[in-house]
Amino acid sequence: MYRYDEFDQKLIAERVKQFDRQVTRRLAGELTEDQFKPLRLMNGLYLQLHAYMLRVNVPYGTLGSKQMRRFAEIARKYDRGYGHFTTRQNIQYNWVKLEDTPQILKDLAEVEVTAIQSSGNCVRNITSDQYAGSAKDELADPRMYCELLRQYSVLHPEFSYLPRKFKIAVTGSPNDRAAVAVHDIGLRMHLNEAGALGFEVLVGGGLGRLPYIGHTIRDWIEPEHILSYVEAILRVYNMHGRRDNIHKARIKIIVAQMGIDKYRELVEAEWERIKDGPLQVPDEEIERIENYFAPPQYDALEDETELLLAQSADNAGFDRWQKSNTVEHKVSGYRIVNLTLKAIGLPPGDMDADTMDAVADLADRYSFGEIRVSHRQNLSFVDVRQRDLLELWKALDELKLARPVLDAVSDMICCPGLDYCALANARSIPIADDINRRFVDIDELADIGELKINISGCMNACGHHHVGHIGILGVDKRGEEFFQLTLGGSSDQNASLGDRLGPGLPQADVPDAIAAIIDRYKSLREQGERFLDTYRRVGIEPFKDAVYGDKDRKAVA
Amino acid sequence: MQMIIANRLTDGLVVFYTDGGGWSVDIAEGIVITDEADEDRLFKAAKSDEEHCIVIDPNLIDVAVEEGSPRPTAIREAIRAFGPTA
Amino acid sequence: MALIKHGNLVEDLFTAVGDGDELPSKGAVLVSLECWQDNRAALLERADAVGVRLHSDQSPELIEDDLKHISLVALEFPAFRDGRAYSYARMLRERFGFKGEVRAVGDVLMEQLHFMLRTGFDAFEFESDDPVRQFETAMADFSVWYQPSSDGKQTATQLRHFPRR
Repeated sequence: MYRYDEFDQKLIAERVKQFDRQVTRRLAGELTEDQFKPLRLMNGLYLQLHAYMLRVNVPYGTLGSKQMRRFAEIARKYDRGYGHFTTRQNIQYNWVKLEDTPQILKDLAEVEVTAIQSSGNCVRNITSDQYAGSAKDELADPRMYCELLRQYSVLHPEFSYLPRKFKIAVTGSPNDRAAVAVHDIGLRMHLNEAGALGFEVLVGGGLGRLPYIGHTIRDWIEPEHILSYVEAILRVYNMHGRRDNIHKARIKIIVAQMGIDKYRELVEAEWERIKDGPLQVPDEEIERIENYFAPPQYDALEDETELLLAQSADNAGFDRWQKSNTVEHKVSGYRIVNLTLKAIGLPPGDMDADTMDAVADLADRYSFGEIRVSHRQNLSFVDVRQRDLLELWKALDELKLARPVLDAVSDMICCPGLDYCALANARSIPIADDINRRFVDIDELADIGELKINISGCMNACGHHHVGHIGILGVDKRGEEFFQLTLGGSSDQNASLGDRLGPGLPQADVPDAIAAIIDRYKSLREQGERFLDTYRRVGIEPFKDAVYGDKDRKAVA
Repeated sequence: MQMIIANRLTDGLVVFYTDGGGWSVDIAEGIVITDEADEDRLFKAAKSDEEHCIVIDPNLIDVAVEEGSPRPTAIREAIRAFGPTA
Repeated sequence: MALIKHGNLVEDLFTAVGDGDELPSKGAVLVSLECWQDNRAALLERADAVGVRLHSDQSPELIEDDLKHISLVALEFPAFRDGRAYSYARMLRERFGFKGEVRAVGDVLMEQLHFMLRTGFDAFEFESDDPVRQFETAMADFSVWYQPSSDGKQTATQLRHFPRR
């Protein structure tokens, strides 16, 4: 992974010093809250319901064991012993003090971690495929371009006061695990007709109150021009994005208003002016960054599926876990392993300090010291030898990180919701908990198969409910918490926004509704169909009927 | 019945305006306002504390008193007063 | 209200003229875009310098052709959160090659000065007890920059591979 050089290190040290001064000025009354708020947000510091919340960047979801150990220390020393992994591959601490934050940032800077621009009206953390560099289905490794974009966007003098936040995601695989279609800019690496590698550029995707699937602004652009092209998009957005209404200020709104053709025209005109300028990345820099993402020293191994079959025959638990949570690796003898942060009774994505330390140790032992964060709020070890899987599984199982539920009903995305978040209308974590407790049987989960449930506590959609196979949105109806369901969303390369199922349900009715939907799916599915496939084939009516069909009694299959 | 709630500037914790003109993290120590005249006076004092960088965003919230203990009537404020339910 | 130019506290040599007000017979004047458009001929005839003040929704493209006659462009920040003027400043410097004064006016705070400097502002009108000190502090906030901008500073990438002597 990328290692800071003297320039990177100096910049973040200067940033920490600047923020230290800003905090001092705030505490001394030299800055009002109104003046301070954008400054603290640009350093990742929110004021939530109970306390300040610090959002720390995990650049494109890549973490070293040393950094994970520092996360544990921060949790112990400055917080309440735990952290929360988010849908943008970041980590959040819910209980920090303003007066401690400069020191926290210094502690993080020591291990090359920042909270710079994890919030604010600026370019946020660049997110990507959690399997980058190791996935068998990958066309090209996106990490080096993520790093390039990260440096490009950090403390950009022109784009630190955009109309609103700006999120960029990059995928190097045709199987899009980075949700690029619902980002402000989505980048898909692919080959053009001549077989040259480049980026398809999408703009104007997004979730929130008004969700949109991104439009292709450019089918293909050379990697050397990616920064200047992004600059052109940002510049047009900075100048033309709406600033009259916070809910209409994202790029998706202005692209929808102007139309993609007009937006493209403006961007291409700007890009023509700047494309041959200093934003072209020199080959020397490409090479320098690429070296950090060179493959690790893999052992030369034969495929060991036979061994795994033998081990699985003796151990049903291991067998299930392997089938569910591990994924094919591009290198023979290796496997990608997913750590599911979805234990019953814990908020999805939460992890305590002791577990963080244990995960760091396991990363060192089994995966070259590297950990990945997925936007589905799980972690991955992407370079594990097949022969190590059994021992690793035992260790993960002990840590409650081995529930064999990847992409199944229990593998929910869940925002912090009204238990933590000042923006929320309803609590999301109890809903996830209810569903988790309802669907406990692993065989049942396996039979249901792939079914991604995404839960948001408000319309800001941090839980990505619009693109869940089942989406759950918490709303406030006359002071009570109600939950609206959507069906048929997806954030992959065939992205779609979910369809509203019907009126909001009270909390108590949600698990039954989910059960009714699943039962209806099972009764209708054809060979090999996932829930999403069946839904797309039969439409919403059978499911509406299943949940709302009989109004006189609770929703039953 | 109402109380005044805010977040303390230094540590962000939820605090309630008290009888003595200070702020407490314990809702039981907060002053319950029943009189409109008190409401104006106390809220003004709370806003002044905001200007003096003690708290952020003081607000009046509705409470009910159950068995002598005040409890916010809105879920959101109850979660602020008593912590996450999860 | 202090005016800092090139790091020094200076007197504002421009008189701001409101829309509809009479232009003084001599002296440098700063007018709105509307005033410039309505009185272009008269303003061009003046012996002294002319400046144009743009609102945050008025792009410098609107005065592109006249920049050779203009000595000062004042770019407004109606609220410090409104970041359009950063793009306008770069447009003036990099796209149009404007060499006159680019002045930040309006809701200008110390904490944004560094970015303003980078994007091509060279003068700042802001409230402060000690404007020169605040300016110097802001200027010194960073010594490493990732992005090329109007200030011509060498970026980290350039320094890594092609350091200037």
